Amino acid sequence: MIRVALRGLAGRKLRAVLTALAIILGVAMMSGTYVLTDTIDKAFSQIFDESYAGTDVVVSGAGPDISFQGMTSQAPPVDASVVEEVQAVPGVAAAAGSVADETNTKIIGEDGKAINTQGAPSFGFGIDFSPEAERFNPLNLVAGTWPSGSGEVVIDAGTADKEGFEVGDTVEVSTLEPKQPFEISGIARFGEVDSLGTATFAVFDIPTAQTLLHREGQVDAVSVGAEDGVTPQQLISDIQPVLPEGAQVRSAEAEAQDDKDEISEFTSFIEYFLLAFAGIALFVGAFVIFNTLSITVAQRTREFATLRTIGASRRQILRSVITEALAIGIIASLIGLFAGLGLAIGLNRLFEALELELPQADTVFATRTIVVSLLVGVVVTLIAGLFPAIRATRVPPIAAAREGAELPKSRLAPFAPYIALGVIVVAGFLLAYAMFRDELGTGDRLLSIAGGVILLFTGVAMISSKLVKPIAAVVGWPARQIGGAAGKLARGNSIRNPGRTAATAAALMIGIALVTFVAVLANGMKASNREAIEDQIAADYVVTAQDGFSPFVAEAGEAVESAPDAELVTSVRSELGEVDGASNYVTGIDPDAITQAYTFDWKEGSDTVLQDLGSNGAIVSADFAEDENLAVGDMARLLTTSNEVLQIQVKGIYEPPPFYPLLGAVSIPKATFDTIYERPRNQFTFVNVPGGPSDATSAQLAEAVAAFPDAKVQTREQWITQQDEDFNQFLTMLYVLLALSVIVSVFGMINTLVLSVFERTRELGMLRAVGMTRRQVRRMVRHESVITALIGAALGLPLGIFLAALVTRALGEFDIRFSVPVDQLVIFAVIAVIVGLVAAIMPARRAARLNVLRALQYE
Amino acid sequence: MATMEQETKVPAAASGTVVSAGNVSRRYGEGETAVDALRGVSLDVARGDLTAVMGPSGSGKSTLMHILAGLDRPTEGEVSIDGTNIAKLGDTELTKLRRKHIGFIFQFFNLLPMLTAEENVVLPLELAGRKLDKAWVEEVIGKVDLLDRRTHRPSELSGGQQQRVAIARALISKPTVMFADEPTGNLDSHTSGEILELMRESVDAYGQTTVMVTHDARAAAIADRVLFLADGLIVKELGRCSPHDVLEAMEEVSRL
Repeated sequence: MIRVALRGLAGRKLRAVLTALAIILGVAMMSGTYVLTDTIDKAFSQIFDESYAGTDVVVSGAGPDISFQGMTSQAPPVDASVVEEVQAVPGVAAAAGSVADETNTKIIGEDGKAINTQGAPSFGFGIDFSPEAERFNPLNLVAGTWPSGSGEVVIDAGTADKEGFEVGDTVEVSTLEPKQPFEISGIARFGEVDSLGTATFAVFDIPTAQTLLHREGQVDAVSVGAEDGVTPQQLISDIQPVLPEGAQVRSAEAEAQDDKDEISEFTSFIEYFLLAFAGIALFVGAFVIFNTLSITVAQRTREFATLRTIGASRRQILRSVITEALAIGIIASLIGLFAGLGLAIGLNRLFEALELELPQADTVFATRTIVVSLLVGVVVTLIAGLFPAIRATRVPPIAAAREGAELPKSRLAPFAPYIALGVIVVAGFLLAYAMFRDELGTGDRLLSIAGGVILLFTGVAMISSKLVKPIAAVVGWPARQIGGAAGKLARGNSIRNPGRTAATAAALMIGIALVTFVAVLANGMKASNREAIEDQIAADYVVTAQDGFSPFVAEAGEAVESAPDAELVTSVRSELGEVDGASNYVTGIDPDAITQAYTFDWKEGSDTVLQDLGSNGAIVSADFAEDENLAVGDMARLLTTSNEVLQIQVKGIYEPPPFYPLLGAVSIPKATFDTIYERPRNQFTFVNVPGGPSDATSAQLAEAVAAFPDAKVQTREQWITQQDEDFNQFLTMLYVLLALSVIVSVFGMINTLVLSVFERTRELGMLRAVGMTRRQVRRMVRHESVITALIGAALGLPLGIFLAALVTRALGEFDIRFSVPVDQLVIFAVIAVIVGLVAAIMPARRAARLNVLRALQYE
Repeated sequence: MATMEQETKVPAAASGTVVSAGNVSRRYGEGETAVDALRGVSLDVARGDLTAVMGPSGSGKSTLMHILAGLDRPTEGEVSIDGTNIAKLGDTELTKLRRKHIGFIFQFFNLLPMLTAEENVVLPLELAGRKLDKAWVEEVIGKVDLLDRRTHRPSELSGGQQQRVAIARALISKPTVMFADEPTGNLDSHTSGEILELMRESVDAYGQTTVMVTHDARAAAIADRVLFLADGLIVKELGRCSPHDVLEAMEEVSRL
């Protein structure tokens, strides 16, 4: 029996290939994701291992460990004198200080703009290049020499490559100081890691770095090497006593592990993100396989009946169909697994195209990748093949003797609509549970959303066979108008076997529903974002960092004041802080000027409270006040990343738009802010000009901050547009990833059409005999395909809108607008038509090429 | 194409010949495995005639019909339909020629399951993009006695009714010649009788030229002319005759 199954598969190669493709793509996406994220992980591991290669223990500032929404505070520096003190400790072979700043050093690219690292670090290093300290240097020179003196810099090989910089060139670098020209004395990389992704580094000698990065007399870390025979533990306990307050000593191993853990949190986010798309593609693939096997089982009714008459048991029939599924699953998963290696490169290119590339090392092809990809691919195929296999066992032997034998109806068929409704109801419960139960953990929430969505799609797919007729009547109308007799026949064909059309359309429905969901939600978010910004910002201009969201050098804000037309310039400082133990952003504002640039929606207090903030007065957002139980007049303890503590008093409470509050949860006077944070940075600098923005004032302001290339002057409108564009880029990535599942459904459509054409061979022969031209045959198949695709769109678009509405409601606390982008949905419907046309190309050609005579004699 | 059609036009109307085959051969396959289905058959089908083609299986009768109907091409020899030599026509021209001049009745009815009886009947007109002559549609459906079944789908019709739909579908385009391939081959003997009667009637009432391939002696007996094929050649011809004569001739042919 197994031989029968495999021979059968070999005899239907095209079908086998198309069916396999449905699962190959999903598996490839999965293995590609693993390969990509493993490789990124490895690259980071190498970077960190390299950083600590010659180091046994590390002395660094012991800052409070404040982190909020993925941002962590950088530890404060320690006094440079610590280096000598540590060197004097017995058992220390060597010790060297280094300066490392993660965000403020910007290399100016060829276009005169600071290289945008898209949120990745832009390191500024000060490194001790003396021979004794060489063992601590994590960098390797690719060309040139290490920098010496205040005029030289070494930059990373990736940036040198991208921007075409060479040793001896002059490059401008901005730091906490305005941009200055430096001569490139050399080009370096971390150990053997070629690319840092979008991250950059600029290396100076220590005194230069200290000046540029405002760490006079300070270092960020002291790397210590032990003498032979001295363990890191011993060294730690020996060094501990000599350290001043605010400094700590840890083993290099622990430091590296911390860094790795932080990064793997990030890469595992990417991993889950991409795996979700692999899961969607596999889910769609499951539909395709289910449908293809169902059709082939129906077409082989005679064959199964014949096998039964010659003695095959039901179990053997079951086994034969399952074997077929298994063979497809195994082959497809194997191909997918290796295709994933290629796809990983493709994914990386996608990230690169969106300027989000990540560090790369040698490709990692882990055992886990192989096992999980193969297992998931095979299991999904088997599950999808189970129902058709069971149907096949229900063929009675007598069917062998009947003309036009048909597969007996499933015993469950009469209950199918009720089962489908039941599935949809369960899906609804799961979704509601996920969205409206507050105490649910993120993992559980995502799981029940995923489960709910899968069940919802399955349920809708099951019930959609009942919807095929009415929908086809509507979406088939153009076909009848344009396609004439062929179009009319196409519509008839599409409703002949509603179950088959429904399953085919359902595969496309999933892709379209998800794309619609994303589009609708994104549209709402953009609207909310615009509204939030317009509600808050009253200023004419906003100065931000190049990327629009990172903090930037405070001096840049002050530089704006030099513009003659700048009537009002007010900066908003921002750093992490801990208020009564709760982490959040703390902002520093000008009490006198802020209201002219920012509109407060007061809950308690008014603009006048800003006048009596004094030195420790604070205004607090309503959400934070509620969470932390703060009322006007209450005192709270503010701990800064610079390890300073300030008792603040709540003076006013306001309600910022929940979608995008521009200020931190707690705002204090800027003058106070600057005393309790070292190297304070700006989040925004707001500027008002007389008579509102004009090209002339824009140019003037841009000129004023020219020395700080990371600062970007935009009108409020430009800033919003910029954010929309950045967001669109992210959306594009989502669409590209979702396109994968649409492609899978295209294979499903091709498959169904090929099988239908095959099944209707004799009918096509008759049609050709009574006067249907080849053109009309092609048109008929094409229209059927388009009708099927449009059914998918007709199901997917409302489903996507519904899901978006649900999520919008669930995220009610962020005040996301619900707004349907009709133009985009029209585009999706057009894409569905194109998908239909593309899927029909090959089947239509096959149908048109049929030999009339053979088709007529075909049984 | 129009000019070619004119060039190849022979005075068909004058002679009363609507389909003619001249020394037609048809070979399938090549080399040693080649099979000669037809080995030089010539015949003229006269307007308004019902011609039956008989012969044992493998005699080439189906091949002959396919070639006469423009579904297959001869290896050698010439075929013209309504004066048009079909040898040089491309697929599209041939299809259009079929639309205009040829009607088909099949052994297995070959109706489209998703269309009603009436929709099946008018399908050839729709494919050709021709206007429906309502009166003619009524006339034809009435002729095949399906006025009360016109909205039924094939699955709701008996075999005989389905074949009547097929006959109406063949008649609807007023083809120059109607081909029937074993029209009673899939029907019981009572229904066969009805179908044969209907075919004879449509020849008499509309002057519908018809060529029927059959191995049913009763079917052949309604024909104006019966041709007997054996081994790819016409070996005998009878005029109007009884089933008995047909059977005798069959036996004679099989002894050859």
